[in-house]
Amino acid sequence: MSRRAMLWCAAGLLVAILYPLLFGGPSLIARSNYAINVAFLILFAAFLGQSWNIAGGYAGQTSFGHVVFFGTGAYVSTILHVSHGWNPWLAWPVAIASGGLVGAIIGVLSFRAGLRGSYFALITLAFAEVFRIVANSIPQTRGGLGILIKADQRPENFQFRDPMWFYYLALVLCVIGLAIAWWLTRSRFGARLAAIRENEDAAMALGIDVFREKVRVLALSGAMCAAGGTVYAQKYLYLDPSIAFGVEKSVEMLLVSMIGGAGTIFGPLIGSGVLHLVGEITRDLGNVVPGIKNAQPLALIVYGLILVVIVAYLPDGLTGLLRRRR
Amino acid sequence: MSADIVFAGVVNGLMAGGVYVLVAVGLTLIYGVLHIINFAHGSLLMLAMYAVYFLFRKPLGLDPYAALPLVTAGAFAFAYLLYRGVIGRFAHGKDENILLITLGLSIVADNAALFFFTGDTQTIDVSYAGRFLQLGPALIPLPKLVSFLASLLICALLGLWMAFTDTGKAIRAVAKERQGARLVGIDVENIFAIAYGIGIACLGAAACLLMPFFYVSPSSGHAFVLIAFTTVVLGGMGSFAGALIGGLLIGIVESLGGLRFGEQLGQIAIPLVFILVLLLRPTGLFGGR
Repeated sequence: MSRRAMLWCAAGLLVAILYPLLFGGPSLIARSNYAINVAFLILFAAFLGQSWNIAGGYAGQTSFGHVVFFGTGAYVSTILHVSHGWNPWLAWPVAIASGGLVGAIIGVLSFRAGLRGSYFALITLAFAEVFRIVANSIPQTRGGLGILIKADQRPENFQFRDPMWFYYLALVLCVIGLAIAWWLTRSRFGARLAAIRENEDAAMALGIDVFREKVRVLALSGAMCAAGGTVYAQKYLYLDPSIAFGVEKSVEMLLVSMIGGAGTIFGPLIGSGVLHLVGEITRDLGNVVPGIKNAQPLALIVYGLILVVIVAYLPDGLTGLLRRRR
Repeated sequence: MSADIVFAGVVNGLMAGGVYVLVAVGLTLIYGVLHIINFAHGSLLMLAMYAVYFLFRKPLGLDPYAALPLVTAGAFAFAYLLYRGVIGRFAHGKDENILLITLGLSIVADNAALFFFTGDTQTIDVSYAGRFLQLGPALIPLPKLVSFLASLLICALLGLWMAFTDTGKAIRAVAKERQGARLVGIDVENIFAIAYGIGIACLGAAACLLMPFFYVSPSSGHAFVLIAFTTVVLGGMGSFAGALIGGLLIGIVESLGGLRFGEQLGQIAIPLVFILVLLLRPTGLFGGR
């Protein structure tokens, strides 16, 4: 990293740390949980997008069903906590490991069968559907009723009265995600993934164990995504199969990463910021223009169009656009 | 399970499978000719179903079967233009890219439907919806029988058309050997658009056959996309016979799965078949390569 880039990162981090002190916490300007929650959502979606980006961007393994890891993490920690009385902080690492395990298993099965490109994307979608239907049908998850986590707002219980703390948690996750992405740009592992992404057959010819590297990266990506699942469950204290394994979240992770720039360090963060900005604008539009009752679909229409344009003209997403202008 | 229930389940599954055949034939045709995976397939079917719904409502009051030629032609025209305007420009790059573009289009279509038509489930009430046909222990609703027979008839006509008309021959030539087809003077880009149009026209017909006994909502597309892909993968990507057998099999598997494992868990049959086929026999039942 250049000195200038380092300075920018430090400045960005400082702003992110000070942000709640301006809008939340001991109020200096105006206390606004809304501002904190929007910022949380941006960072949280950026982290999940980063987990997609690790496999989909850096290793070129496009997934349509990444939510399978998110839901696994969320359900594992929640079931351990609610049904077996575990402390959620202790359940968290187990959830993360489960996400990694599910990633490894899906990876072993799919890559052993030689699935690539679109076929891999579609099979991940099918796996997520299988998980959703199972979660809908078995007693451990209470099926479609969903699981309520009892509100007990103490930090040792992984629940916080002040939303500021969830914001900081998302910030920490986001920074870890950025660090992992940065490490992929520097390490031999990352270089091998790039080789696989650019040309799998050539990578194999160079002596890279393509199968092993792809399974590894999917396990890493799955573990990250599962970490987010637990945080989601603890923040909203409720989980059901369509939240945990719904296709919308898979698409959101993909969109965030693709729009910001797949295979770039800051892509998911930029993508997440842009998507939430679009979401806020369309919501305001819904308030201002009288005829519009439900603004949510409008935002998604815009996302879909952006995705088409990005894939067609800007393979590096908005990050690529910024870079090119420089 | 008694033999009677299984028999009824198989018959019901076959009836549902007829429409899956029609949906899958469109998908497999597009794959076979263009080598693209049309993820927007389910969403386009959903749009066609809404078209049938609005044609049926006042003031038009058009019966879905009477609307079939109109919706099919409309779907062809829409898809032809969609290909010429959007998909064709990006269709020949990386395989995942076109998948992502069709995903983007399906997001746009689903949410446009949600925005304009709301999320409510819509059905149409036709006078013949309640009629049944007795076949041994199985009761077959008349609209399902019609959809089954009509689907197979349309597939047969499409097969004949592909075999004997000049355009059909040109489509097969392009599917086999793109460069060679260009060399003998076939307008390949036009054939691509026509193939895409016919693939989606199948959806228009399927929508007309489905609506008398099915419902539509903005998320219908999602329900169908995995069914369509499972059918096509089971039969073998690009294979017509595969789509036919695959569609009927999927209908039976879905119906028996529902009987054996109940409404909730029974849904697992489709994604599970999809996964197992891809893992164990990725070329499908009739796949050449």
